[in-house]
Amino acid sequence: MSSMTATESPAPLRRRRRRRRVSIVGVLGELFITAGVFVLLFLGWQLWLNDIIVGNQQQEVAEELQEEWAAQQGELPAKTPPNPGEPVVTAKVESDQPFATLIVPRLAEAAGTEYYSRVIAEGVGNAVLNSNRLGIGHYSKTQMPGEVGNFALGAHRSAYGGAFHNLHQLHVGDSIYVETQDGWYKYVFRGLEYVAPTGVGVLDPVPQNPGAQPGERIITLTTCNPFFSTAERLIAYGVYEAWYPRTSAPDQGAPPEIAEQIITQATGGE
Amino acid sequence: MYGALWRILPGPVWVRILLLLVLIAAVLTACVLWIFPWINTLTAPPEVTVE
Repeated sequence: MSSMTATESPAPLRRRRRRRRVSIVGVLGELFITAGVFVLLFLGWQLWLNDIIVGNQQQEVAEELQEEWAAQQGELPAKTPPNPGEPVVTAKVESDQPFATLIVPRLAEAAGTEYYSRVIAEGVGNAVLNSNRLGIGHYSKTQMPGEVGNFALGAHRSAYGGAFHNLHQLHVGDSIYVETQDGWYKYVFRGLEYVAPTGVGVLDPVPQNPGAQPGERIITLTTCNPFFSTAERLIAYGVYEAWYPRTSAPDQGAPPEIAEQIITQATGGE
Repeated sequence: MYGALWRILPGPVWVRILLLLVLIAAVLTACVLWIFPWINTLTAPPEVTVE
């Protein structure tokens, strides 16, 4: 009997002692580690996972809008340009209302997705830029597509869908398409510029030339630079090249480069 | 804290590991579906425009 108690009693004692060693510092440490992991998870969600989710949502909304325009083709009287050979000027819409989509094949390639089309809405307020449905905003003070001058857009580089995440990957000569109910404007990418957040000159009708008389139709895309920072702005310029009015043809008269995308979307496919 | 959680969980080691995995999955799901989107509305959105 006495030998049994001698051999068995130390083990439970040691276990009990270890169990009681819960110190405030230990719990605090675990709390801090948990908080750190939580913050990292949040950042991963905000800057990566949620960008994919929201980006897909914004893409879907853009494709729905394009499908709607395709379905309405023929119902509305076709707009005729003021002069033959010139594009139709898109009508102004109210703040926060979508009126166009941006289609950039290079951004699809850069993101590893099949297509890239995002909604362009009026104004660059939070209701547009931080929206899960919209994403790209038109600077209301700048011109509309088709108008001589500057059609300037802004979107997030990261977070909130990061519509302009890969803007730096554009190559000179890349096509930038703006689709509206009336048709497609084709712009050709010319170059990048890096400016301070106060560099409003990029929004001038002739960018960086205040007061100059515009002769060309420019598209200006603005976003944040560098990644995950708001210290600078990255600007991409494109120059208008051609206008493709929407028709009742199977490809709706879309530019050849994106005709396949437009046909796929019009048939409701992915 | 986590030591106490481990002791509270019933069953043999593999059951505890399974339960922990389920718990972690539940916490992550709640984070992604509700907690993170809610925190996102509290933080100031970054300024991306030129002005």
